[in-house]
Amino acid sequence: MSILKTFKLGGIHPKEGKLSANSPIKNFPLPKTVYIPVSQHIGAPATVLVAKGENVKTGQLIAKGEGFISANIHSSITGKIAKIDEIVDSSGYPKKVIVIDRADEEIWCDNISDSDPNTTKEFSPEEVKQKMREAGIVGLGGATFPSHVKMSVPEGKTAEYLIINGVECEPYLTSDHRLMLEKGDEILKGISIMMKTLNTKKALIGIENNKKDAIEHLQKLSKNYSGVEVVPLKVQYPQGGEKQLIDALIKREVPSGKLPIEVGCVVQNVGTAFAVYEALYKNKPLIERVVTVTGDSVKEPSNFLVRIGTPIESLIEAVGGLPETVAKVINGGPMMGKALSNLSAPVTKGTSGILLIDKKEASRKTSKNCIRCARCTMVCPMGLAPYLLENLANRKLFESSEKEGIMDCIECGSCSYTCPANRPLLDIIRVGKGEVNTLRRKRVQK
Amino acid sequence: MGQSQLIISHSPHIKGKDSIESIMYGVVIAMLPALLASAWFYGIGALKVVIFSVIFCVIFEYLIQKFLLNIESTVKDGSAIVTGILLGFNLPSSLPIWMVGVGALVAIGIAKLSFGGLGKNPFNPALVGRVFLLVSFPVEMTSWPRPLDTRTMLSIPDALTGATPLGLIKEGVAKGEPIAEIMKHAPSHLDALFGAIGGSVGEVSALALIVGGLYLLYKKIITWHIPISFLGTVALFSGVFWLIQPEKYVDPLYHLLTGGILLGAFFMATDMVTSPMSKLGMIFFGTGAGLITILIRLFGAYPEGVSFAILIMNALVPLINIAFKPKRFGEVKNG
Ligand code: SF4
Ligand code: SF4
Repeated sequence: MSILKTFKLGGIHPKEGKLSANSPIKNFPLPKTVYIPVSQHIGAPATVLVAKGENVKTGQLIAKGEGFISANIHSSITGKIAKIDEIVDSSGYPKKVIVIDRADEEIWCDNISDSDPNTTKEFSPEEVKQKMREAGIVGLGGATFPSHVKMSVPEGKTAEYLIINGVECEPYLTSDHRLMLEKGDEILKGISIMMKTLNTKKALIGIENNKKDAIEHLQKLSKNYSGVEVVPLKVQYPQGGEKQLIDALIKREVPSGKLPIEVGCVVQNVGTAFAVYEALYKNKPLIERVVTVTGDSVKEPSNFLVRIGTPIESLIEAVGGLPETVAKVINGGPMMGKALSNLSAPVTKGTSGILLIDKKEASRKTSKNCIRCARCTMVCPMGLAPYLLENLANRKLFESSEKEGIMDCIECGSCSYTCPANRPLLDIIRVGKGEVNTLRRKRVQK
Repeated sequence: MGQSQLIISHSPHIKGKDSIESIMYGVVIAMLPALLASAWFYGIGALKVVIFSVIFCVIFEYLIQKFLLNIESTVKDGSAIVTGILLGFNLPSSLPIWMVGVGALVAIGIAKLSFGGLGKNPFNPALVGRVFLLVSFPVEMTSWPRPLDTRTMLSIPDALTGATPLGLIKEGVAKGEPIAEIMKHAPSHLDALFGAIGGSVGEVSALALIVGGLYLLYKKIITWHIPISFLGTVALFSGVFWLIQPEKYVDPLYHLLTGGILLGAFFMATDMVTSPMSKLGMIFFGTGAGLITILIRLFGAYPEGVSFAILIMNALVPLINIAFKPKRFGEVKNG
């Protein structure tokens, strides 16, 4: 057995907790009402196209992404627009949502075919990018960057590798794992389309070795697709970070402040590859996604195929309600997810999981003096010195913290996770990053 | 639990197992073999010195924090216990208990708390305590009781006084005796390995220290960088002299097995608070400490130089941290 590949700097191995790994994806019942935010992606919010009282079909465009970095939003059910409202989402701020009350009968938009599609069809690169854009596809690993943007390779650069992120390094989450097991062929077809679009000969699917079944399954299927290779990776967080994944797979270092294309790579998530398949062969926009609902005291940890806009509390009810012992609800995984204050917040394109955390793990321990143990430095995948960044930010020395690379921080949380003195390193580093951003903006204005 | 009581905090939402307590008590466990070995060779005296040192350190920390600084006491974190054991390990088993108290007061009061407590002290508190005692009570601090030789199966030469092996060598070399002659009266390598030699409480049994050091490495409380570079430098540097003039210099293995090198390399130079923050910095630190130790042993006035070497390197840590930053991912030159 050869030594498994992984990224070179830092990393941690938290308890994996993949409780829902063996529960097949179930279709989540259509909710009575959906709350669809107009901003579920990085970039400009989409412009609302519908008004109160209007009837919409499933898959209908209801908000249009204007500008290059934005994404379209579609109705995830058939029904009537109840209102355009605001709701506190996982960011903790009120966000504009389109509220739709469901009609009894589901009617899909005419051009969407949900039957077995003809997959021999060929598409031109322009067509693919156009369709991806129309379908509102964003990075489904959690970053929610509009996917079509990544498909336009800047002049002078070539995409040597299409890198597919099937790492799912966040503990507890299993949505990508189940998708790879159940929709392997569809994912591979999506990958082939993207390879042609990028004019790339080689695609690498990186999967951590705690998903052996998915690795074997995709390895078997990928024999039918030329240039696609499945690469098992050592279990190590945060391998799902773009820069870490590229480093793990092909040993190239994306320079600070640059994008993967700088080293000839385009990185897309497995969920995104599946969405591309649906958009191209079925004309189906991104109106649903797989969401893991899990936690140590959850009776039936599950994976659901959920329509966008479904209230998170209904997902929790479906797995047996909020257990007494739970004190924190996370949108996403335990390392990078966001704590929810409002359980009626909706599932969005970036919701990979809902994690219920028990009281004993939910509260922070008191922070003590830094004992200079250097553990934070050893685990930082970006080779930063978190103790120093924290210290500089606390002393408001933001210029120095910029020189020490604070903007390289990928907010993976490995430092805070590891610190034996329980220092809230990442909390403070985030504040520092915000300040440096302000400084940078001011500099540009001058 | 209702929705209104949900805890909101930033990610990450889970926390690793390591805590200051787990680290400190891990170090305590790692020091037990050396303590037991010392009790075997020196009897109750060794235990007494260490136990009183711990009691003094803990009490001083509690009293100073509670009544002088008016802050919540941190004695529970275990760091005062570690300092106490380390201080005891650096003293002769015959030292009067009141002197142990003085050392503890200096270690905890001056070297640790006056700088702001655990994490803020530039120098290893136990070593500061020891050096203070060494300059204040040079006689008591360098009189070594004989090991209780009847207890050991190993051969103890009749000529053995309470002197440390390094002391014997320094004295002999000063008189111009060749090493081979000196070694006839000095303990053998095997004695040094097990601990049937004169020396401070914690340094006598090389074997017990190695066991403890391996435990620290296994538990990932320390990394290899400091001990290996420290020991490697000592072996290399003393080895060069030995190869050139074996009649004047003792072999490198003897250097490693005797004196405070193993105690220093595994337990004192690795003190997190007072050692560098990057791997390269740690290697530089260990190498420097090894170099200074041998320089003092071979050419200095004292037979042993580990304490001074580590303290000197402690002083350099802020500079080492600036000079040896960890390598950043995707670092752009002059970016
Ligand atoms: S959160 Fe930032 S500073 Fe902390 S380990 Fe991750 S990249 Fe490094
Ligand atoms: S891990 Fe915590 S205690 Fe250790 S150096 Fe970093 S901030 Fe300090």
